Amino acid sequence: MSAPAGGPSAGPRLTALDRAPRADAHERDENYQPVFVNARRKELDELLTRYPTKMAALLPALWIVQEERGWVSEPAMAEVAAVLGLTPAYVKGVVTFYTMYHQHPVGKYFVQVCTTSPCNVCGAEDVVRAFLKQTGASDLGATSPDGRFTVIEVECLGACGFATPVMINNEFLESVSADRVPSIVGALK
Amino acid sequence: MGFPQKSHPRETTVLSKHFGDPDARTLAGWRNRGGYRALEQTLAMEPAAIVQMVKESGLRGRGGAGFPTGVKWSFMKPGDGKPHYLCCNADESEPGTFKDREIMRWTPHALVEGCAIGAYAIGAETAYVYIRGEFTEPLERMTEAVREAYAEGILGRNALGSGKRIDVYVHKGAGAYICGEETALMNSLEGRRGNPRIKPPFPATAGVFGQPTTINNVETLVAVPHIINNGAEWYKAMCLGNAKSTGTKLYSVCGNVRRPGNYEVVMGFPFKEFLYDLCGGPPAGRRFKAIIPGGSSVPIQTIAEAEATVMDYEGFVACGTMLGSGGVICIDDAQCMVKQIARLARFYAHESCAQCTQCREGTAWTTKIMERIEAGQGTAGDLDTLLDIADNMTAKTICVLSDSCAVPVVSGIQKFRDEFEAHIVQHRCPFRPATAAAVAA
Amino acid sequence: MTEGKMISVTIEGRAVQVPEGTSMLEAAKVAGVLIPHYCYHPGLPVAGVCRMCLVEVEKSAKLAPACATSVAEGQVIHVHSDPARVARQGVLEMLLINHPLDCPICDQSGECELQDYTFAEGRKDSRYREAKRFNPVEDFGGDVVYVPNRCILCTRCVRFMEDVAHDPVLNVSERGDRAVIGKFEGQDLTHPWAGNVVELCPVGALLSKDFLNKARSWDLDRSASICPNCTQGCNTALESRDNVVVRMRPRPNEDVNKYFLCDEGRLNYRWLNRRDRVEFPHIRRGDALAPAGWDEAVEAAAAALRGRRVHVVASPSLSNEVLFQLAQVIARLGGTGVFRVRQGPEAPLDGVPGLSLRADRAANVRGAELLGFRRTETPLAGLANGDALLVADEELAGADAASLAAAAATAAAVVVIGTTLPSWAMRAAVMLPIANMAEEEGTFTNVEGRVQRYLQAKAAPGLARPGYAAMGDLLTALGDQTVNVVPSDVFRALAAAHAPFGGMTYEGLGLRGATVSAQAQPAALAAAT
Ligand SMILES: Cc1cc2nc3c(=O)[nH]c(=O)nc-3n(C[C@H](O)[C@H](O)[C@H](O)COP(=O)(O)O)c2cc1C
Ligand code: SF4
Ligand code: SF4
Ligand code: FES
Ligand code: FES
Repeated sequence: MSAPAGGPSAGPRLTALDRAPRADAHERDENYQPVFVNARRKELDELLTRYPTKMAALLPALWIVQEERGWVSEPAMAEVAAVLGLTPAYVKGVVTFYTMYHQHPVGKYFVQVCTTSPCNVCGAEDVVRAFLKQTGASDLGATSPDGRFTVIEVECLGACGFATPVMINNEFLESVSADRVPSIVGALK
Repeated sequence: MGFPQKSHPRETTVLSKHFGDPDARTLAGWRNRGGYRALEQTLAMEPAAIVQMVKESGLRGRGGAGFPTGVKWSFMKPGDGKPHYLCCNADESEPGTFKDREIMRWTPHALVEGCAIGAYAIGAETAYVYIRGEFTEPLERMTEAVREAYAEGILGRNALGSGKRIDVYVHKGAGAYICGEETALMNSLEGRRGNPRIKPPFPATAGVFGQPTTINNVETLVAVPHIINNGAEWYKAMCLGNAKSTGTKLYSVCGNVRRPGNYEVVMGFPFKEFLYDLCGGPPAGRRFKAIIPGGSSVPIQTIAEAEATVMDYEGFVACGTMLGSGGVICIDDAQCMVKQIARLARFYAHESCAQCTQCREGTAWTTKIMERIEAGQGTAGDLDTLLDIADNMTAKTICVLSDSCAVPVVSGIQKFRDEFEAHIVQHRCPFRPATAAAVAA
Repeated sequence: MTEGKMISVTIEGRAVQVPEGTSMLEAAKVAGVLIPHYCYHPGLPVAGVCRMCLVEVEKSAKLAPACATSVAEGQVIHVHSDPARVARQGVLEMLLINHPLDCPICDQSGECELQDYTFAEGRKDSRYREAKRFNPVEDFGGDVVYVPNRCILCTRCVRFMEDVAHDPVLNVSERGDRAVIGKFEGQDLTHPWAGNVVELCPVGALLSKDFLNKARSWDLDRSASICPNCTQGCNTALESRDNVVVRMRPRPNEDVNKYFLCDEGRLNYRWLNRRDRVEFPHIRRGDALAPAGWDEAVEAAAAALRGRRVHVVASPSLSNEVLFQLAQVIARLGGTGVFRVRQGPEAPLDGVPGLSLRADRAANVRGAELLGFRRTETPLAGLANGDALLVADEELAGADAASLAAAAATAAAVVVIGTTLPSWAMRAAVMLPIANMAEEEGTFTNVEGRVQRYLQAKAAPGLARPGYAAMGDLLTALGDQTVNVVPSDVFRALAAAHAPFGGMTYEGLGLRGATVSAQAQPAALAAAT
């Protein structure tokens, strides 16, 4: 068990209560090329056979986009809307509901640290601080100057017995303590 | 078993027997351990007979509400000419809960089998397993198990050669606690925002895609093959007293505890022995201060209350809380309750779907007041305001997320009022190092 | 809902019977009890999200959302009991914690349901001491701006666009207290019926750009009216201040427009305030038209018409009453009556069958037909040498100069009645100025044959008089002994003379209207060619 939490709360934090900032001009993804061609189109067609409505393939389709492009830009939402017979506004309403779809480009390594109470009492905030320090990301949600890391706090990852769980892209690390962070980050650099 | 800890002799490992054993993950390995025998047997039975058997076993929903599973299944009217659906709730996002994760990581075929039996019992040809997006490994394991099951003809248009069609699909969520609420899950599955729906209509009348639907938690469904294999009487007998709570239950134990992990015990187990003997008690040099025994949405217990509790649905209620999802959060005496309750409030504020006024505004307002108190900026009237907001948030909204945010605040102020008042009077958190030093001096 | 089965409930001590399946909120209306509500709107699917309508039901542990709960036999429902009132007060407080409280600069002020209910039973103070959420004002396109800080997220606007307009361009974005109404960049509220979101919004979050900062709602006079823009006949309220119409809004009528009004109609009211109006009767003196008194002018008009067949070109947006008087003029003199209908693109509101911005952009096409007028594209054709030409409120826009000149040359005399004086009308022998539809009372017959009243909203300029009165005087001058000049009397005479309108009276029409008899044959104009 790591050191007790309950010390001063972690430095500046992008609070969960803050709205995601709006896309800047350079984040408009102006040279967007369609995702749903060839193999990806086939994959979607197969997914469509699983549900009685086209709309039900919306979350899976958005996952495909994120896998391909690393984030879900507005042109991507428009493409998904067109492919599934929805309006872009509808798709955007859905995208913004779910926290896992990136509405902005993120660093090569997207680091999510659980800080909800069960992990919090085990020192999760120290882990967050360690990641910020090691990656050089100035703040939660900001990408490090080298473009490699984005660190955020997330809510319970459903692995509370393995405090503190950390997700780096699709990699799920268990029982991360602050002192393990340098070697974790080092291995990624 | 107490995965990742070693199994404790006082556990009764039915569902968790193969946790930690990679061989159990494969179809061959699973079959060697008796897998899919129950499915084979049920496909030869009348669906009504399966429902009856589950009813008799006394199995109750493990997702939080504890509704009798057989009764829920019996709401699905056979032969109504409509497609029926089974949804397996694998959204497991309730802070403190991580049992479904281990079930899917280690015994994915158990869930495939449970889904197939459940689907057949309620007259459904399709089951969707809705797994939260953050569960990368469970998603992988389940996808692979489903693939294997199709390849071997266990699933598909002619399941196990029975001539009956059973499809199981894995559906990946995308980050929203509220999608664990059953009607929100259905909306999410349909490609909508995960907004809970007003009931009625109930899912058994109009659920996912507007069709009759049953929704069950992972742990509920994986218990079913065991009931089929060993009989309802066997399951019912796993009970240390109260006949309304039967079988084994997986508890996820986390927080300030020596041996965090998943422990499976029979209904009616004494909580005190569970906490100290199985889980090893608090970390060295500390004492338990508070226990949240059923995931973050149930009332906080003082350790005295917890020690007097019997672990079953009625036992937790008798001691002022609920069994909930079985996520046991241990908090020791080095922790600031105000800080942790504030953090829980923030969780609910982050997760509110935003439909209901009291929840959308109340969760955020509660969070702001709690964080202000924690930062030493609280005022004398804040506690009354918090309680009043909590009252406005309770029993007035579409789903109970709003109530869940109020629960730790109300029980926290009730049971740890001195900590709140210390923050307000001292204008600082008494648990911060400066104070600790002052105490030591 | 099974037809016929009635449920008895008691609401605030009043026993009522309502059909099975009725919501508590609607049942309360029957009992004469208003249950405060925000997200509920009878024209939209139920959402049940604002939680304002919580009521206490005896023998029930929890308060029930009245909009989303059907009544059950024998229920006793309390709206003003302590638990219900406290719950509403809680909702109101929550709705206001992040609200900018900027009523003094908000267009909705005075007609805002947040203001009204807070005034009625809200807390006197706020216990909120934290920072308020802020989101910038956004142009939603069309006629609509969004002020998110005032939004209560009732989702009426989203449901209207999705379920009624079938054009889901609005969404709820984000979740928790970050949630706002959003749209997709580049996709605006340009649907022809999108402007309805402004009325549907119970607060000042969606505002009309056209009305922005134009008037305080309590300074407005409101009159029941009918949209004159097309043959649909949507019920409206004309709102005016200081004799100027500043806004036209839908007035609910289940049978015609439900709660809605199209954007084109809604914004097409400025002509009612035209400043280039003719304020005095004019008669020809030498080469020019000169002002004259009404007696003199009516006599001059009668003199110009007397002994001639008359060719009447009437606007199909004139009231049934005016058209009826004109038909009597034709009947006395012999001749013909024609009209032309301006066309525009048809724009249905998909979610309401039968409701559409109609291609025929005139209010009373059906009325004109039923009263014997003939629809034509060439209204001046058939004007015979020696006939008198009577043009009634028709600017003959689009007619080419040559045909107008030819017509003027052909006609033995030209009489113009109308609101303005187009250049060709300078050739008239007499010009009689009449009121526009906002300045008089009357009826239109819509595309489905529904006869609907509209009331006067403002005063006519100068000496302009309602058309039915001016034509009544003309008929008297032409020797008619039984002339009516009060609109209800004119209408009664119309109903007596024209079988499809048989039995109708102003009192009977009320403000909802009645449909003409489908069987009865319309009368032909007495001397129609
Ligand atoms: C806010 C909220 C979150 C919930 N999250 C979960 C969850 O993550 N997993 C789950 O199985 N049930 C969850 N539930 C309970 C479900 O609504 C539902 O009762 C359960 O899935 C039914 O399955 P069972 O009868 O097998 O327990 C949640 C309920 C609420 C109100
Ligand atoms: S209580 Fe909260 S989470 Fe539940 S439906 Fe209402 S707003 Fe959504
Ligand atoms: S803008 Fe108005 S109608 Fe739309 S959700 Fe907000 S308050 Fe409701
Ligand atoms: S609280 Fe961190 S994983 Fe559950
Ligand atoms: S009016 Fe009933 S919940 Fe909004």
